[in-house]
Amino acid sequence: MKQRAIFILPLIVFCIIGFYLAKGLTLDPKKMPSMLDGKPVPTFSLPPIKGRDNNGFSQNHLLDKVALVNIFGSWCVACRIEHPFLMQLSELSNTPIHGINWREENPDSGPEWLKRHGDPYEFVGDDPRSKAAIAFGVTGAPETFLVDQEGIIRYKHVGPLDLQTWRGILWPLIQKLSHKNIPRGTL
Amino acid sequence: MTAELGLFALTLAFAVALVQSTFPIIGATKNYISWITLAGPTAITQFVLVALAFGCLTKLYITSDFSVLNVVQNSNTSMPLLYKVSGVWGNHEGSLLLWVLILALYGAAVALFGQNLPPALRARVLSVQAMIAIGFYLFILLTSNPFERVFPPPPDGRELNPLLQDPGLAFHPPMLYMGYVGFSMAFSFAIAALVEGRVDAAWARWVRPWTLAAWCFLTGGIVLGSWWAYYELGWGGWWFWDPVENASFMPWLAGTALLHSCTVVEKRDALKSWTILLAIITFSLSLLGTFLVRSGVLTSVHAFATDPERGVFILALLIVVIGGSLSLFAWRGPQLKTTGLFQPISREGALLFNNLCMTTATATVLLGTLYPLFVDAVGGDKVSVGPPFFNSVFIPLMIPMIFAMAIGPLLNWKRGDLFGALGRLKLVGISSLIVTGATWAWHNDGPVFATLALGLSAWLGLGTLVELAGRIKLFVPGAGSWARVCRLTRASWGMTLGHMGLAISIAGMAGAGGWTQESIQTMKPGDTIKLSGYDFTFKGVHQRKGANFTSAVGTFVVHKNGIYVTNLSAEKRNYPVGKMQTTEAAIHTTLGGDLYAVIGDHDGNDGAYVTRLYFNPLVVWMWIGAIVMVLGGVLSLSDRRYRIGAPRQSRHGHAKELEAKSMI
Repeated sequence: MKQRAIFILPLIVFCIIGFYLAKGLTLDPKKMPSMLDGKPVPTFSLPPIKGRDNNGFSQNHLLDKVALVNIFGSWCVACRIEHPFLMQLSELSNTPIHGINWREENPDSGPEWLKRHGDPYEFVGDDPRSKAAIAFGVTGAPETFLVDQEGIIRYKHVGPLDLQTWRGILWPLIQKLSHKNIPRGTL
Repeated sequence: MTAELGLFALTLAFAVALVQSTFPIIGATKNYISWITLAGPTAITQFVLVALAFGCLTKLYITSDFSVLNVVQNSNTSMPLLYKVSGVWGNHEGSLLLWVLILALYGAAVALFGQNLPPALRARVLSVQAMIAIGFYLFILLTSNPFERVFPPPPDGRELNPLLQDPGLAFHPPMLYMGYVGFSMAFSFAIAALVEGRVDAAWARWVRPWTLAAWCFLTGGIVLGSWWAYYELGWGGWWFWDPVENASFMPWLAGTALLHSCTVVEKRDALKSWTILLAIITFSLSLLGTFLVRSGVLTSVHAFATDPERGVFILALLIVVIGGSLSLFAWRGPQLKTTGLFQPISREGALLFNNLCMTTATATVLLGTLYPLFVDAVGGDKVSVGPPFFNSVFIPLMIPMIFAMAIGPLLNWKRGDLFGALGRLKLVGISSLIVTGATWAWHNDGPVFATLALGLSAWLGLGTLVELAGRIKLFVPGAGSWARVCRLTRASWGMTLGHMGLAISIAGMAGAGGWTQESIQTMKPGDTIKLSGYDFTFKGVHQRKGANFTSAVGTFVVHKNGIYVTNLSAEKRNYPVGKMQTTEAAIHTTLGGDLYAVIGDHDGNDGAYVTRLYFNPLVVWMWIGAIVMVLGGVLSLSDRRYRIGAPRQSRHGHAKELEAKSMI
């Protein structure tokens, strides 16, 4: 009987590992707690992209409402996948979306891309030299930051934004942030 | 049409695998001859069909057919042909297709070359192979179809990740998969043996060459990957204990243990259930590696695009294959009877010690790899387990094993003479102490473990030579040493080269790990930096245009004591399609060490660049050692006993006769 127990042991060990693997699937390792979580947005001021007559995009635009800051580029295929969802969001929700047009080699390609696929953004800054992107700690495009009404970064999403993330994470967080005045660093 | 043909062939292969996985194994139990004989033809048909599907995908890549999504995502008309072809397996879907192709290739090989296997065993083995294949066919057809069309087709594709556009990495995945998937043979044999309830020397003799072949490929694949990391990532390092690297290293460790325990089953009819378990574990770790890389459970520097839905599928596959086989093991394993007696001080005792060290090392790497997952799952912080953990646990585990590696081959089977063996190693011991001491006196600035490792390398290398000398009676006058050299079996040469290769590699790892010199600075053209006695003079940067990239080439002239040594041209490449930059390190290799230069970003306007210069001692020894190890494996694989040594089966029952023959 004792000998039989030894033969069952590998199976038990595998069950434990399998349990954690299954649990691991429900977690997202990419959901890195952003270095900037709970910190004010970095100071930045970007010029407008061509064809937009407002005055670019800077941290001052982030001070009155909870807003999303989306990093995109016409060269980025995942942004193209994400884009229809942002268009929907801009029509259906009243959370403003701002854009940082990142690493365009040609200053015309960003505006053209927006003309072709639609423009969901309230403010858009041109960032060909990654000035703001580096300050935000962007690792790739698309990336989206949730910034509260005091200009504090509350969440960072890596990769295309989708309905699941919006419903599950961003929307509840926005509700919470809009209705309460939450002290820094508690989320 | 090609894409549809490929998908059709793949679906047919799946259907054939369904037949192959059921009829032969049932036939083997019920003794239906016609069902048993189905195994061979179905295995070959399945291979032909998968090869056709793979050929179709390759054709789509070569002709740059951008109506297929997979080609759009991983190819571009401006890419050189080599990378168009390697693009086939440089992505999730294509690499899975390569996986089943190799799986089917091994199956077909058993069908063609396994004529001397007992038909029932062969039928069972091929059925188990087909069961594994079914899991992968379903995975491809349901979640990862490489032949998916896209409409409207774009004018040109995105390209293959530029980091992968490299000759070393073009062949890394096929080699690695030949290794991973090769262990499926040992697995299938193990399952077949559990079903039959019998493991004997003949069984071990059939399993060992497949394991050995897989081991050779896996070793080659790991080394190619490591070599690539060394020159392409431009960090001067060659092993990072990254989850993906660990994923390939764990099956290697377990596979090495399996190779050695197979020998014990073959020669001493002992360690049977342990060997079966190792065969299951080795392939399970290969599968786990696939899971870790693709499921998104762990992050890694070079993971495939991850997708949780695929993760769920692979996890289900893991549970069925690993959970199922371990349950079978728990049920049938206790019935495997061992006849051989077991003395601790003996050749088999030494091999068992090797197994203990290797499996503990495997468990350590597994723990370190999965630890972030455990912590994350119980709601702890995001942690990453880095090189400090692995180095401080793995290296101490290897020290006793390498120490024993020189002694083990000197012990006899059944009952060894430990003191006699140590006596023969007296000179070796003294020499390695001298090596350690000399290293310490010459460079006591390095870490202690590196100094020790050089001593151990000498111990193992010289110890292996002493064993060889003893076997050919080199120092016995009139013993006819040369004739003995000629009579040595290739398997014993394999052992000698395998151990020798490891000794050489350890020296390389110790040198590169312990005494690497690094210098990072901004250099203007004309500046000179002194590193490890070499003077690196920066000559500035010029632009170059490649097929699908532009690059900045920084040139260094290296002198030592005023004498010209070499020119180093380090590149920083810019791939416009994928908007990616890669570094191409410039390396000048000598036996003593590599001169290694990388250029970074330009700094200011006066032609100044950030440069990183390294002196990596003894790195080339690692690669040489690995080649020697693989060579040893290949030699051993061509040993006579695998070609004609396996006993033929008789027309009726085979069990008694085989057992009798294997006793001889």
